Amino acid sequence: MSGDVLKVENLSRYFRVGGFRSAGTLHATDEVTFSVAPSEIVALVGESGSGKSTIARVLAGLYPPTSGTITFEGERQGKTSSRKVRGRMPMVFQDPFGSINPVLRVGHSLLRSLKLHRPELDKSGRAAEAISLVEKVGLLPGAEVLRRYPHELSGGQRQRLGFAQALASRPSLILADEPVSMLDVSIRIGLLNVMRSLRDDEHVSVLYITHDLASARYVADRMIVLYAGRIVEEGTTEEVIGAPAHPYTRLLMATAPDPRLPLAHDTDVQDLGEPPKVINPGPGCRFAPRCPLAMDQCRLSTPTMVHLSPTQRAACYAIEQP
Amino acid sequence: MTTPILEVRDLKVEYTTPAGPALAVAGVSFDLAPGEFLAIVGESGCGKSTLLYSIAELLTYPAQTVSGSVRFNGVELRSLPAEELRQHRWRDISVVMQSAMNALNPTLSIGAQLADACRAHTDWDDQQIAERSAHVLSMVSIDVAHLKSFPFQLSGGMRQRAMIAMALLLEPQLIIMDEPTSALDVVAQRSLMRQVENLRRELGFAVLFVTHDMSVVSHFSDRLAVMYAGEIVELGGTRDVFDHPRHPYSSGLMDAFPSLVGAPKELLGIPGNPPSLVNPPQGCLFAPRCPFATDECREFRPELITVNGRAVRCHLVNPRSAV
Repeated sequence: MSGDVLKVENLSRYFRVGGFRSAGTLHATDEVTFSVAPSEIVALVGESGSGKSTIARVLAGLYPPTSGTITFEGERQGKTSSRKVRGRMPMVFQDPFGSINPVLRVGHSLLRSLKLHRPELDKSGRAAEAISLVEKVGLLPGAEVLRRYPHELSGGQRQRLGFAQALASRPSLILADEPVSMLDVSIRIGLLNVMRSLRDDEHVSVLYITHDLASARYVADRMIVLYAGRIVEEGTTEEVIGAPAHPYTRLLMATAPDPRLPLAHDTDVQDLGEPPKVINPGPGCRFAPRCPLAMDQCRLSTPTMVHLSPTQRAACYAIEQP
Repeated sequence: MTTPILEVRDLKVEYTTPAGPALAVAGVSFDLAPGEFLAIVGESGCGKSTLLYSIAELLTYPAQTVSGSVRFNGVELRSLPAEELRQHRWRDISVVMQSAMNALNPTLSIGAQLADACRAHTDWDDQQIAERSAHVLSMVSIDVAHLKSFPFQLSGGMRQRAMIAMALLLEPQLIIMDEPTSALDVVAQRSLMRQVENLRRELGFAVLFVTHDMSVVSHFSDRLAVMYAGEIVELGGTRDVFDHPRHPYSSGLMDAFPSLVGAPKELLGIPGNPPSLVNPPQGCLFAPRCPFATDECREFRPELITVNGRAVRCHLVNPRSAV
């Protein structure tokens, strides 16, 4: 697809860990390849430590990539991103309490990003634009919200404000790093609906980073499942949820709490494993130590992505090719 | 019916605020049978954690329990002197806090922290302490080698399991858990819940579990209490409440989270915010957000009425004329 907003190829980001003698390399993300189309919500799903936030941070230019290429709006990105790119691909952070300056009014930070990223607007144009931005994310009445201080807003309202700030620079893609995980369940849905309306009304793409499969299913068009820094499965949401191919995706599905499902006592996985810290990794599938289907081959070489349909791919030796 | 180990009657907790006292827990009553798992769910600010801390007598200013009674095995906890209360704590009632990261001492090994609790509440010698510590850690599937580990060397899930091991040290009859799973991701969450369930079957302690995510407890708790603005609005068997919620707030909560099964559908959540606890509305506290509210709801506060084992606080379910 040539019209992709974002194309990531073989992106890796390693970190040096340990001391002088015990130094090692932590492979936070390893050879990740994916793309995001215009007006599309793509969910990056994985446990803590799967490398999903590292990908977002590399994309946002907070860390340079170790290797691999990022092509954004048809332009290949260098080591650091320019202000223009940061404006076109802003990030919404997880913590709504830590990401907003508490001593300035809500309007201040919004007007400031308008001033930086939208030089064509004059003062009254910026004021009008700020009101329309907060109203787009459902903060009403806009003019009054802009006069408030962050402590006067609830967690859900702050996260909506995070999206308004991201919208200020007229982005083509928003990086949303677990935007709802710190919110109450009853408030999450409102924010998920904001993401959907941004896609449908503003034609913004969203890279939605989460560990919650059910919310990913609710908002995302496509899903990418990460394990220990590598993509293990990707496909349209209904393909991945309807017919998960990789054993890790199945584990995630089985553990997602859902009162509508009966609790399968005998088939439920007694899994106390955790994703490994991938320091100086050898060959082999990284899920093999936890995998019920692991074979000798899984420990010897890394499986490559196999197409199960034009849109669904998974990296697992246990999958029979269609 | 067996004698309850915990009887809470008309418990009221107030926070002192500049605008006046805010009634965070507004007259909560329930019983907990030995070995029972009761989950309390509700939004942030509904008073669910405050209720737990009030039961455990852990509230500090500006919060204070203003009236009501908490009887544990027939003993009124609210009037106990501090020293007697201390003897009940950990031995009979233990608490697992929300954030294991902050609840564990970062400068002491897990073993030292377990030993600390033993020394404070028992007269065991070092040998007994070491044996018991190793035993509780193995109960929560943590390798005994981690007795020497510091909290930062454990993952989030293991820390939370270590907290549960500490709570189990003296085999209490009641464990109070305040959102122990909310900092964990789904896989760790599920295995923690499973472990709590297995231990409860094995050791027979009762659990009082608070969470905002009712899907977490859906498969584990015996009974479910839904709290709104400091009041219990619905209380019944967990499965029963999930399958047939009767209070409009409970059904709103059920419809607020997306599912992995069934056809994808549009969800709306519950619009609006919880009411002010300083100046609560005159009628039903949920009326301003309730899609079915009538004039009666806005005027009269409904009572919690139990019919066939299900308690509901709603005029539409229990019309006033019938009372």
